[in-house]
Amino acid sequence: MTDEKPTPGNRTPATTDRSSGGQASDANTVSGVGSAPSSAVAPAQPGRRRGFSRRGLFGAAGAAVVTGVAGYAAHSALDTQPTQAADNNGPVDFHGVHQAGIVTPVQDRLHFAAFDVTTTSRDDLISLLKEWTAAAALLTAGKDIGQYGAVNGPDEAPPKDTGEAVGLPPARLTLTIGFGPGLFDKRFGLAAKRPKALVDLPHFIADNLDPQRSGGDLAVQACSDDPQVAVHAIRNLARIGFGRVAVRYSQLGFGRTSSTSRAQSTPRNLFGFKDGTNNLKLEEADKLEQQLWVQSEDGPDWMVGGSYLVSRRIRMHIETWDRTSLGEQEAVIGRGKGTGAPLGKADEFDAIDFAAKNADGEPKVPTDSHVRLAHPQFNNGAELLRRGYNFVDGSDGLGRLDAGLFFLAYQRDPRKQFIPIQKQLSRDDKMNEYIEHVGSAVFACPPGVTPGSYWGEKLFS
Amino acid sequence: MSASRAGKATLAGVVLGLAALTACAKAEPAGKDDGTGPVSVKASDSGCDLSRRDVKAGTSTFSVSNGGSKVTEFYVYADGDRVMGEVENIGPGLKRDLIVELPTGKYQAVCKPGMVGDGIRGDLTVTGDAAPQTSEDALLKQATEGYQRYVNSQAIALEQKTTEFVTAVKAGDVAKAKALYPVSRTYWERIEPVAESFGNLDPKIDARVNDVEPGTEWTGYHRIEQALWVSNSTKGMAKYADQLLVDVKTVVAKAKVVKVTPLQMANGAKELLDEVATGKVTGEEDRYSHTDLWDFEANVEGSQAAVQALRPALQQRDPALVKQLDTNFKTVFAALDKYRDGDGFKPYTATEPEKKTLGAVVDGLAEPVSRVAATIAKK
Repeated sequence: MTDEKPTPGNRTPATTDRSSGGQASDANTVSGVGSAPSSAVAPAQPGRRRGFSRRGLFGAAGAAVVTGVAGYAAHSALDTQPTQAADNNGPVDFHGVHQAGIVTPVQDRLHFAAFDVTTTSRDDLISLLKEWTAAAALLTAGKDIGQYGAVNGPDEAPPKDTGEAVGLPPARLTLTIGFGPGLFDKRFGLAAKRPKALVDLPHFIADNLDPQRSGGDLAVQACSDDPQVAVHAIRNLARIGFGRVAVRYSQLGFGRTSSTSRAQSTPRNLFGFKDGTNNLKLEEADKLEQQLWVQSEDGPDWMVGGSYLVSRRIRMHIETWDRTSLGEQEAVIGRGKGTGAPLGKADEFDAIDFAAKNADGEPKVPTDSHVRLAHPQFNNGAELLRRGYNFVDGSDGLGRLDAGLFFLAYQRDPRKQFIPIQKQLSRDDKMNEYIEHVGSAVFACPPGVTPGSYWGEKLFS
Repeated sequence: MSASRAGKATLAGVVLGLAALTACAKAEPAGKDDGTGPVSVKASDSGCDLSRRDVKAGTSTFSVSNGGSKVTEFYVYADGDRVMGEVENIGPGLKRDLIVELPTGKYQAVCKPGMVGDGIRGDLTVTGDAAPQTSEDALLKQATEGYQRYVNSQAIALEQKTTEFVTAVKAGDVAKAKALYPVSRTYWERIEPVAESFGNLDPKIDARVNDVEPGTEWTGYHRIEQALWVSNSTKGMAKYADQLLVDVKTVVAKAKVVKVTPLQMANGAKELLDEVATGKVTGEEDRYSHTDLWDFEANVEGSQAAVQALRPALQQRDPALVKQLDTNFKTVFAALDKYRDGDGFKPYTATEPEKKTLGAVVDGLAEPVSRVAATIAKK
């Protein structure tokens, strides 16, 4: 079975496009249909394997996942093989010390979902997490879920896998789970295990939060280079959860608005500015320990190696921004729009000189500019690992783009990082004129999953 | 959007001469007009009678007496409703003077009973030797002086009307306080970018409930608005009323001496329309009283005052833009017309399609207004 482990070499070439993936899938479907599921476990002929799409291997995985719990245990064996793809379509390791999807070089697309737990049974919650973990391992490996996958099951039964990702590469899908404050109420006996750092966020000046877009007991962040792959993952997890969890809200995002690796170029947000230039990067291992990952002295034990996620749906008033002069836009941000360089500097990565003054004696980087107020120098050294996404949910009832930034920031302790930074920004940031925080949530994201384990196992042990 | 930082340009506090606007009570016997003295203006609820409609270029005085039952205003407008001078807030039975410098040209004299709408208009002709100044610098200087006069007159009226509002609140007169609330805000909303430039006064005066940081007390107009409309009471509001008046007086004192640049005026005009687009059209501003349309109109009027003060300079540089601005300002006021009710507006309970229509006309106006600054800056 492990031989069937997808690797970039035998699955999809680095340049695979969807049409070729689709053809490969068709070929596999032919081989799989009509066979007993067990026979699909070992499509061993090299000639057939060569053409397999990612989905072509669902049979192998499907056989392993007879039930959710058995599935996660069995499937974990698959992932002992190195899977970090050299190509951009390849799978990202699901297992590891930390959850994938945090320092993973930011993918292009997001589907984020927050759930309310509707069951009051601790056992139900645990079994859900086990099933989710098993499914997540398959999904991130680019495989269908369920014994028969999307298309090979009995005619009379709805397929376990919804099927819209058949023929698509893994597209670097990552699934990252977070536990909201609500999980630590009386229902599941977890109150004593609530981390002190998992605080309820305070009201920030001008917050205009929609409760329907805020909070949540559980969150799953699906990031991928293909929107359909991310949507497929959330859709299937939600389906597994029906009866135990209900989707509270979800958010699609496109166009990552930060880089988490030096290998990535800096993207632009919907204001047209480079965003995330000074973000924490996966190459800065020491800084990540200091700013991102929960350490043993932070407690509780079950969170060590985890991180805290703050999500904010930030509506941008695009139309008023667009009729703002270039000089004002740059003064608001504190960077040049073209180069991304700090005002007064030439290159994007030049250090910001907060002392530099214009001829009129005013600071070149205005005191109410966004980069200044958000900079570690003015925030007691606090930094965030941001991996937010642009969103455009069509337009609102007034015909204006319902657009903005779905801000996602990971950190070691929101009390020392997000909260003081956002307090300062909400008070003085000139950008507030053009943005509005309309959704908000905070989650404790446990450490990574080891084979045979499940998301948050230590929390329940 | 209140508590915003719009217009937080550095406005140096340089004393502005108030020569153009005074409120002397120099009584002029009516019907004795020899063509050189003050023009006597008899304002009523339905009329605006001037003792003559032609004056000599230079300094003119208009002696306005309000014989009607409504509070009124008197304006002298140049083309495009550019404010040459005005007196605000003339109560029934009162008499106020407007002293204004008028170059040769055609103007309109306007009374606004109830202080809203287009007013009662009539022509005013200025003839004589004082030729209009046309050099670029002179035009921009006139623009800033004109706008500062406008800010000044609005500031004076803001203090007066807020005093009346505060008095009604403290007297427990809920009905009167409700009537005065949108009126006093009108003056605030017209000069909001200037008012907002004074640091933390804006949040103290105009914060909505969600604009307030925990640990900070919510004060200002909207604090009282909530009590008036939600509790239908002024109970416990005396201290907020007192604080509001203190804060407003501070703003007024600063606004009277503020010095603005043509670019700040242009940006302020744009920001006022941003306020309409983000706060008024959506009904977030006056969420308890639903008097948003008063603020809406005042923002647009304030924007228009700033733009039109720049008009002669704009006319020289980009006549097509001036034409477009005129048309689009008219369109916005016309869109507001269907919501008028007597001297004010109906409660703002517009449906989504109605909001969309209003939003679209504001966007249509804001686009050309956003080009004013660059046009002025062009050498």
